[in-house]
Amino acid sequence: MTVLAPPPVAVPSSSTGGRSRSVSWMVWPALLMFVAFGVVPLLGVLALSFTQWDGIGEIHPAGLDSWKVVLSEPGLLHSLWVTFQVMALSWLFQTPMSLLIGVFLASHKRYRGFLAVLYFIPLLLSSAAIAITFSALLNPNFGLGTGLNVDWLNQDWLGQGDLALGVLVFVVSWQFIPFHSLIYQGGVRQIPISMYEAAEIDGAGRVSKFFHITLPQLKYTIITSSTLMVVGSLTFFDLIFVLTAGGPGDATNVLALEMYQTGFKANLMGPASAIAVILVLVGLALALLLRRLGGGSATDSQLEGA
Amino acid sequence: MERSPISRRTFLSLTAAAGAGAALAACGSSGPGTSNNSGGAATASYWFLTGQPGEGIRQAAAERFNKANADGKLQFTAFENDAYKQKIKTAIGAGQAPTLIWGWGGGGLKSYVDAGQVEDLTGWFGENAAVKDRLFPSSFGPATINGKIYAMPCETVAPIILFYNKKIFDQVGVQPPKTWSEVMALVPKFNEKKIAPFSLAGKSRWTNMMWLEFLLDRIGGSQVFQSVFEGKPDAWSDPAVLDMLTKLQELVKANGFNKGFSSVDAGANADQALLYTGKAAMMLHGAWTYGSMKNDGGDFVSGGNLGWMNFPIVEGGKGDPSDTVGNPGQYLSISSRATAEQKEVAKKYFKTGVLDEAEVKSWINDGGSVPVVKGTESTLAASPDAAFLKFVYDTSVNAKVFAQSWDQALSPTAAEALLDNIAKLFQLQVTPQQWVTNMNGVIGK
Repeated sequence: MTVLAPPPVAVPSSSTGGRSRSVSWMVWPALLMFVAFGVVPLLGVLALSFTQWDGIGEIHPAGLDSWKVVLSEPGLLHSLWVTFQVMALSWLFQTPMSLLIGVFLASHKRYRGFLAVLYFIPLLLSSAAIAITFSALLNPNFGLGTGLNVDWLNQDWLGQGDLALGVLVFVVSWQFIPFHSLIYQGGVRQIPISMYEAAEIDGAGRVSKFFHITLPQLKYTIITSSTLMVVGSLTFFDLIFVLTAGGPGDATNVLALEMYQTGFKANLMGPASAIAVILVLVGLALALLLRRLGGGSATDSQLEGA
Repeated sequence: MERSPISRRTFLSLTAAAGAGAALAACGSSGPGTSNNSGGAATASYWFLTGQPGEGIRQAAAERFNKANADGKLQFTAFENDAYKQKIKTAIGAGQAPTLIWGWGGGGLKSYVDAGQVEDLTGWFGENAAVKDRLFPSSFGPATINGKIYAMPCETVAPIILFYNKKIFDQVGVQPPKTWSEVMALVPKFNEKKIAPFSLAGKSRWTNMMWLEFLLDRIGGSQVFQSVFEGKPDAWSDPAVLDMLTKLQELVKANGFNKGFSSVDAGANADQALLYTGKAAMMLHGAWTYGSMKNDGGDFVSGGNLGWMNFPIVEGGKGDPSDTVGNPGQYLSISSRATAEQKEVAKKYFKTGVLDEAEVKSWINDGGSVPVVKGTESTLAASPDAAFLKFVYDTSVNAKVFAQSWDQALSPTAAEALLDNIAKLFQLQVTPQQWVTNMNGVIGK
């Protein structure tokens, strides 16, 4: 009978632990995934944008042809403009709403916890399901208005350019306000109570506490949430694709949709890749800009004066 | 989170992965298409569309073939229509195509042919003349690219038909239109009674296209689109095109279509619902909608309330009133990447399986449609839908020209530009003149 003793554990000679050691290996799993599924395909798309390919046959190098086609196309400017509109409108609508809901939910009261659960339900639904539901509700002939016999609800919600854009922003906000509220809720709970206590001693009311403590303290949370909103709105695809398919006409044809249609419907992989590269560049530029707007580095302490 | 930057990356990588995957797979060769266990029975893969009643009929036909052939079987998978269109393109591009490629012929088939991905069947049809001769000759049009046959016509013929609700016509006290001016005269009469003259699912875009196809044929004859199809420069500049586009915008401006038509989706059959619920008087749609209206419309069809006719003539137009448009058939091609054994199985299926007696019967009796096989008159006459089926059969057989749907006939690139511009035309976002200029720009692409 042999007794297997556990092998002696190799105790590092310097018992100070990992603190002094380099922990750069920890970045490898993430970096590997990022390179394999982020950078390599990105380079692939960049390479494809200089080719001519229908997705089926041979790939032919085509120099700058795709770029010339894409940049001379009026559809690109239009799509950029629509994308910008969706981005700006959904930011303008979502930020105040999620900020208020987040602050409201941050206080520890039982009924608010219950409400929070209700608010987060849209987060559990897939974009496609949301889009199908809303397009059924907004159907001009068999939708909500007909069902409830309320005539003014029978608008041509998704059939008129401006209205469709508004509806789109509303649906997008309906879906993502819960997520951003969650971020703000977390942010508000990080603010030290002592600041509020000090303010109360100085005689500050609810409103001035909100504007003078909560809002300034949430500066970086606002930047984070805005970055997610702005960059995320560049890639709205599934929801728009199912809800309006870019229509009516091309009123809601955002850049991501234009890319899909060029690549997978019109079989023009070269120009579609060029649009994809533009999309990446716009996204990067916006993310950098927002970081700059924050002033200084986001890693600075947010608790000045606390 | 769905909308974090990670998601953008994932999305882009998915997009790119399709491309990169295709490039990689083109180098490697083993895929389901080429795997072959030595000695055993060869298995040919076969993809087709979901959706009853077609799905059940396709499946039953494949199962019957498998039962009868122990040495070579079909392995089938069903996909939803729009998903299939993307999936099959990606699979073919990646060299992973199924042995049997189901499709609509025309421009899509041509892009496979140009890439050398499908077998030339001209010789095989020469040896097996009996297989060819039992099918409608018109069904071979979209299967023929540069004078060679690359696909076997299968399933059913589906012309586009002007359906109307007889009850509504009685109620308003009017007759179905025989000419374009009668159409325009009917529009205000229905609008007065708060009934949409025509039901249209404009979000799907190809639904709008059916109007252009018929109207152009009635005004200028079939030669106008034929020139576009042949890639003649500035073929859209024919005066008949401008006339057609102007007439259509007049119809849109006169509220000829249901309110909010541009957001109605044909996939949900909401356009058919408008017709059978009496909210719209007429609908221009494919023959295949007969079956679903019969299914969903309660006693609308069985009660004899559904009327049908060929598209009205346009006064002074050059087109033959018997001309029709639509799908002259569906098509099966053989992947050129399949093994010799798989190709044999596929050809055997063409010869003994496709549209065998039982399949023909079920298309007629369960599908309410006309198979692309000659000499089915007696079965059609015995069907519960005999009147409609006879109309479809006669329309298809007697048509001087049975034009293929434009988006299927043209290359995918030109078709996408076409659908895009048609959507804008109905939205009054482009003038007829701009439309012509835009479309001339993609001729032959």
